[in-house]
Amino acid sequence: MPVSVEGSRLVYDALKACGVRLLSVLPETWLVHLVSLADEDPEMTLVRLAKEEEGVGVSVGAHLAGVRSAMLMQNHGLLASVNAIVSLAQLYRVPLLMLVSYRGGFGEEHPWQTEGGAVTEDLLHALRVPYLLLERPEEVAARLRQAQNLAEASLRPVALLLCRGLMWED
Amino acid sequence: MLRLEAMRAIYPLLAERVVVTNMGAAPAELFSLGHQPGFFYVWHSMGLASSVALGIALARPELQVVALDGDGSVLMNLGTFTTMARYRPPNLLHVVFDNEVLLSVGRSFTTATATGSDLAAIAAAAGVPRTATCRTAESFAHACAEALRAAELAVLVAKVEPQGPASYFIDLHLLESRFQFERHLRGLRAAGAGAPAEERTAP
Repeated sequence: MPVSVEGSRLVYDALKACGVRLLSVLPETWLVHLVSLADEDPEMTLVRLAKEEEGVGVSVGAHLAGVRSAMLMQNHGLLASVNAIVSLAQLYRVPLLMLVSYRGGFGEEHPWQTEGGAVTEDLLHALRVPYLLLERPEEVAARLRQAQNLAEASLRPVALLLCRGLMWED
Repeated sequence: MLRLEAMRAIYPLLAERVVVTNMGAAPAELFSLGHQPGFFYVWHSMGLASSVALGIALARPELQVVALDGDGSVLMNLGTFTTMARYRPPNLLHVVFDNEVLLSVGRSFTTATATGSDLAAIAAAAGVPRTATCRTAESFAHACAEALRAAELAVLVAKVEPQGPASYFIDLHLLESRFQFERHLRGLRAAGAGAPAEERTAP
C-alpha cells in the first residue's frame, strides 16, 4: 500500500509542533500511518469516531476545555460534517483545524471518490472555510502553523487539504 | 415525571459540575432553575451535545462532565454511544430525557422511542458499562448520584412527559455563554483542579 510514510510523518510532526494534543479521526487509506503515529504517541489523545460529524463536537469540547485539537478525515467526511461545521464550530466561533485527505483528484483510480473530489474546494468556498493545499513536503510545517494561527485568530474552522503528491507514492 | 422535576432533583449535582445540554426545552428549564458558569448550551447541532461533553471529558479527566440530551437529539447521533463506550471516560454521565416526541415541533411528531426503540438498551449494547431507564424523579436522582459516585461512564434515560417550558428564551446569548464557559474551565484549571493540561501560548 503506497501511502507515504514520509509525508505522514511530516504532517504528524507539524501537528505536534503546533501543540495539537487531541486528534479525532475516521481512518481511511491515506490516513493509516497518521492514525498509527497518533495511536503510538503517549502525548496524543486519539479519538476514533463512528462518523466524522462527531469529531466537530469533540474538538469544540476540547477547545473549550483548553486543549488544542485537530480533525483528520477524508473529504467525504468533510461532506458528512457540514452542519456541525456551520452550526457548531462557526456559530460558536471555535477554531477548528481540519486535515482532509483530498481524494478524487487527478490520478484517482476509484470511481466512488471522484464526485466528492470534484466538489471539495467549492464546498469549502461555500462554507467560507479558508484552506491551503498540502502538496509539497517542504511546505507542510509552515502551512500547518499558518492554519493553526488563522483558526485561533479568527475563531473559525480552517482546512488543510492533504494532496496525492504528499500522501501517495504512485 | 416532568423533565423539570427530574432536573430539579439533580440540580445540586449539576451546579458544581460541568454540564453540556442539547437545544430546546432542556436548556430553557435548566436555565430557569439557575444558570451556572459551568453550564454550556449547544443550540442547534442536534446530537452533538454528548460529543462536546466527550471532548471535554477526554481533554480534562479531572472534571466531571454531564451531558443533558433528548431522545430526538441522540437519535441523530447514535454512533456517539459507540464512541463513548470505546474510550469509557469515567468522568462522563450522559443523561437522555426521553419524551418520545420532537416537542419543540409539536407533540404529534413522535420519535422512534415512541414505537419501542430503547435508548438505554442501545447504549448498553454499544458497550456503555452503566445504563438505566428511570421513571420517577427519585429513582433518576438516585441513579445519577450513584453514577457520579462510581466514576464510571453512564447513560441514564429519564422517561418524561411531553411537556416543555412556557418559553424557550434564555437571556444569555450563545456567544456570551460560550466565552463564559471557556473562561470558567480555564479558571478551574488555574485553581488547581487536577492535573494541568496544555497551556496555550500567549499572543
